[in-house]
Order: sequence, then structure tokens, then C-alpha cells
Amino acid sequence: MPLVKKGEIVADAYLHLGDEAEIPENDSALVLAARFLADPEAILNRGHSTGVIWPNNRDLDELVPYLGKLGVVALVFPTFRDGRAYSQARLLRERYGYKGELRATGQVLRDQFVLMVRAGFDAFDVRKDADADAFAATVKRYSVFYQPTGDGRVTALHRRMQARLAANTP
Amino acid sequence: MYAYDEIDRTLVNERVSEFRDQVKRRLSGELTEDEFKMLRLMNGVYLQLHAYMLRVAIPYGTLSAPQLRKMAHVARRYDRGYGHFTTRQNIQFNWIKLADLPDALEDLASVGIHAMQTSGNCVRNVTTDQWAGVAPGEVEDPRIWAELLRQYSTMHPEFTYLPRKFKIAITASDHDRAAIKVHDIGLRLLKNASGETGFEVLVGGGLGRTPFIGKVIKPFVAGRDILSYVESILRVYNQYGRRDNIYKARIKILVHELGIEKFSAEVEEEWQAMRDSALQLDDEIVADIRSRFQYPGYQTLSDTPDELTAASADPQFERWLNNSVAKHQKPGYAIVTLSLKPIGGPPGDATADQMDAIADLADKYSFGEIRVGHEQNLALPNVAKRDLPALWQRLDELGLATPNVNLITDIIACPGLDYCSLANARAIPIAQELTRRFANHELAEMIGRLHINISGCINACGHHHVGHIGILGVEKNNAEFYQITIGGRADEGAVVGTLIGPAVPYDDVANVIEDIVESYLALRARPDELFYQTVERLGVEPFKERVYATR
Repeated sequence: MPLVKKGEIVADAYLHLGDEAEIPENDSALVLAARFLADPEAILNRGHSTGVIWPNNRDLDELVPYLGKLGVVALVFPTFRDGRAYSQARLLRERYGYKGELRATGQVLRDQFVLMVRAGFDAFDVRKDADADAFAATVKRYSVFYQPTGDGRVTALHRRMQARLAANTP
Repeated sequence: MYAYDEIDRTLVNERVSEFRDQVKRRLSGELTEDEFKMLRLMNGVYLQLHAYMLRVAIPYGTLSAPQLRKMAHVARRYDRGYGHFTTRQNIQFNWIKLADLPDALEDLASVGIHAMQTSGNCVRNVTTDQWAGVAPGEVEDPRIWAELLRQYSTMHPEFTYLPRKFKIAITASDHDRAAIKVHDIGLRLLKNASGETGFEVLVGGGLGRTPFIGKVIKPFVAGRDILSYVESILRVYNQYGRRDNIYKARIKILVHELGIEKFSAEVEEEWQAMRDSALQLDDEIVADIRSRFQYPGYQTLSDTPDELTAASADPQFERWLNNSVAKHQKPGYAIVTLSLKPIGGPPGDATADQMDAIADLADKYSFGEIRVGHEQNLALPNVAKRDLPALWQRLDELGLATPNVNLITDIIACPGLDYCSLANARAIPIAQELTRRFANHELAEMIGRLHINISGCINACGHHHVGHIGILGVEKNNAEFYQITIGGRADEGAVVGTLIGPAVPYDDVANVIEDIVESYLALRARPDELFYQTVERLGVEPFKERVYATR
């Protein structure tokens, strides 16, 4: 599955570890939440970047203390129809101030890219090659946004206010 | 009328272009049906028994004449010359081809009409009172808030893949014409003691397999906080609503399982964490939306014009006047309901020719404005009283002046097994037969206000639970049977009706309803005791005895 970051297909710098695999001492690793929580300090103190795959039904409170030390938080869309990770993404970005990579994983399809970007994702484990190729064009499809989210795009309501202000300023 | 500006129009056009691409990818096989299904649903496209169906939104039930003409055009060009108005301020076209859909949507977009989020597990079309802005005594025009919520919920990045569909309705009048108590969120506009505009917020109402009346979650949320409060509810629901069972996925089940106290505590905690966010509406923003609703330039007119007095000599006109014409905020004006329930006709249907004619009448008599109500009728909201006789003449010629508004033949029905792939039984022919049985207007008037609601399956699109008489189609040994409930209400006193007994076969439904009505006429305490009041007073027993005595 191609990984898309900053609009481009890139190599994944993280080793994806199952529950059994040994955690590498000298490589960046992406581990499952349960394994991470079993001994977070040991994993974080390896001297290499750590990412955590966080399930969409697990409370973020357990993850929050470690956010500053994580390189990646990978949220999961078991199917594209299950939208829980959108809420998690916004909370991580907007409430808990998470600044690292926020990766969408699972059934990540073209038709949800815009929503994901707006919710705060900046890396995408895209299911289909054609969708990954189309990423840059797809996220430019929309130019109007009604909701304020952490992605900072100006909302329609505020664009109108600005337009009005500009019209009234000689 | 709300006027879409360049920003709104751009979004609608961008959505059409995206959907055109999605249809193309589906037709080429790039998208699987499983992947495409959610996308088409969120653009209003269902696959029914015989064809694709397009459900188009009529936000808060307000249409301009050019918009209605465009609906007529779509009906003619892409469909079979008619459309069907639904119980949630939408219109459905039943015979549309997948490949034509992007063009139909593009045509609609040219007048600011769209089908965004008329289906799918997202926030649906926000509905309100069809008399908004003209009903006497309303707190203020609820459409301003409906429009704010429409914008807020359109393509929401967090809440487009909720556990299940999510419906919001708003009322600003004491008499609730928007059925807010059977919505996922019901909002009752009010002013608090210090004169501030806000909402009583209800949550967890809904019909379907497990009907619930909405519960008050917060008695007052100020207008400026309404978006953040709604967002808190949606966020709690998105995270904790059930996704393991489609029949338990609505917010009503979450509210029921947690209990309203626990659920409201969760929402409150979430809200306290984010209420001072960018979602807070300042007065300027609300004023900006308000300024884009254009109101008619009403004249100072007599409330008792000579034309009206003269026409009242005609008993047919007088009957229609008493039945279909309601009081307006402005003296000299009236709200006219156009019955889409002709005797023997399918409830809620209008032909393309009727739509064009109504658009012309709206231009001539109603400042170009048309309304759509959840009872599947239309309204002209701004008719000068002196014009009522002339308008009635034209409506009568068009078959739109049946004087049965709120009477027993003003039946709400879903499309049922004639169209819908979910249905167990037909709904439309039951409605048609009932309108024939009660075709006599004197009889219908004597019975008084009585709402019959028919659903062809447990999904309850015909809101049978809250009909004064509810009829639910079920399947029994490969035959169509119908369960009858009585005593339901959808208004401010909303209550779920009670089942009277075993289901009855298709051919017997109209007889059963006649028996129930005859019992009511015999049992009512006085002529103005309405059917549901008699049921409330006596319970279902006497009706049950009568119906099953000989069956």
C-alpha cells in the first residue's frame, strides 16, 4: 500500500511490527497500542522514532501523555464507513496539540481524502495505487469549506465577513 | 428566501463535479458497488426495486419559483414527468438513470438546489416548520438557524461517516409542525428570561424499528453556542454510537442505553472543553445569514377584502377557505396549503405540469415562494387575501384544491412496495383506497382532524408510529398484512401509538379503519373531541373490541 505524504508517494520510514516481532533497537517502528502501553518508556527510549497504531474504539486519554514523544500516530479506518477516527484525529490535533505525523490507515480511499485532510491527517496509507496517484488533484477538488477545523482553512462564514469588510474599506 | 452566494454555489458545483467523477469511476469499474454505494447515497441516489431514485433536498422546505420549475424540468427530462414530496422536505424522482444523474444534478445546481446528504450516515437535510417566517406568533424565523446548521453540517469532515443517519429539525412555534420530537436532535427556538434567543435541545427521538420520543438534554442553549453544542452531541455519538448492528445504531439507542443523564453528562463534558471555539457564532455572522433571507415587500391590505366576502357565497370556496387557508403574520395576507392528496391519488405526488403551474401561481400570488411540509403538501406562504378566490379557481382546475388538509384523507404514506426495495407491503394503494372510502367531504369534516400515516415496512418512513391512526405493512406467509396503531401524535405532544391487535390482511385494512372511525364517532364526548383525544381518554380497548369482534 503506497504511503502518501505532502501529496507525494514516499517510502515508509517505519517498520510495522506485529505483536510478536522483536522491537528493533536501531530502526523506527510502528507498534500496536496494547504493546506500546505495556511498556511505553522502554519503546520510547530506544533512540529511534516510535509510532503507535491506535484503534478507533480506544480512549485517547491513555495516549495523551506520550504524544510529545511520538513520531507517528496511526489511526484506523477498519472500513471507510467507520468514521470514529475522524473524531480522534481532530481531538489529537485541536485539543491535545499533537504536532507529529498523523497517519490514516485501513480502508483509505480517494473519496475520503478531503475529509481526512480537514480532520488533521497528513499521511495516508492508501489502499489503491490509482488513488495514491490521484491524491494531489483530489485534495484540490474543493475550494469552499463551511466548518472551522484545525487545518486552518478559512470558512465560508468568515470569507463572507472578510469580503464585506473589504467592500466597506475604501 | 435565502439567496445562495458565490461561495455556496461554488461548493454545490464542486460537489456535482466530484459526483460526476465518481459515477464515471463506478461505470468503468474502478469503484466497487460497495465503495460507490455510500457515495451515491450521500448524493441522494438510492437503488430501488425498478430503478435508481434521486432524492433532492429542499432545505427547510423553502423553494423559489425558478427552483420548482427546475424540479419540473428534471421530472420531464430525466424521469417520468412527476416527482414525489417526502416527509422530510425532500422531493424524489423515481425513474432516473445512473448515467443521467450528474446532468440532472448540474441542472438543479444552476438554481442552487442539490441532493447533498439526503441519504447516507451523515447529517441529513435540516428541516423546519413549512410556515417559518409567516406563522403568527413564532419566536423568530427558524430558517436562519436551519441555514446555519445546513452550512455547518454540509460535508462535515468529522461527521460524514456516523454510525447511522442523523436528522435535525427546528420549530419556532408553540404548535410544532416540524415533528421535532421524533428527530435525532429536535430544536425548539425560544427566548430566555433575559430576552436572549436560544434553543431547548431534545435528543434521541426517532421512529423505525424502535420508536422513541426525544428527551430534553438541555433546556436552554444560547443561539451563539448552538453549533458547538450540536458538535458535542455528534462527537459523543460518533465515538460511542453502536456500529455492530444497523438497527441499534441510531443515537436514540445510545441515549436509551446510557440513559439521558449519563448521555447528557458526556455531552456536557465535551461541550465545556470546546464551547469557546471557532464554532461560536457572533451576532455579526448570524446577522449576515439573516440578511441573505429576502422577505416580501408586503403591502398594507384589508384583512376582509370585498373579493373575499363576495366569493364566500360559494360553498365550495368557503369549504376550501376554511380548510386550506391559514392565518398569516401580516394582516391582509394568508398561508395557503396546496393539498397533494387528491381523492384516489398517491399522496405527495405532483406532475411536472402541476409544478410549473404552481411556480407560475407563486410568482403571481405569493412573491415567488413555495413551501414544502412534512405532511407531503405544498404551501403558498404569502397570498393576499383579495387574491384567494382567483387562486382557488386555478388550484381547483389543477387538482390542487382538495379541501382535506389535516383531515382523514390527508394521508402520509411512504412509497412502499410499489417502489422501495426495503418494503414488505404496499402503502400507496392503501392510501388511495382510504381516500375513496372517505371521499365525502362532509363526512371528513365531521370526523375532524385525523392523521393517518402508512409505512410499508418497519423503517417507518411514513411515520406510522405517530399517526393518530398508524398503518404498518408487514409480511406474513408471503402475503401483505398490516398492523394498526392508534393514538399516536407527531406534534408538541408527541406520543407513539398503541397496537390494537393482530395484523389484518391487505383487503381488510380500509374496513378496519372504517370500523375504528365509526367507533370514534360513537364514542367521542363531544363533536370537537378529536380522534386522538378520545383514544387518550378511553384507551385502545373499545376500538380493539369493535375491530376484532367480527374478525
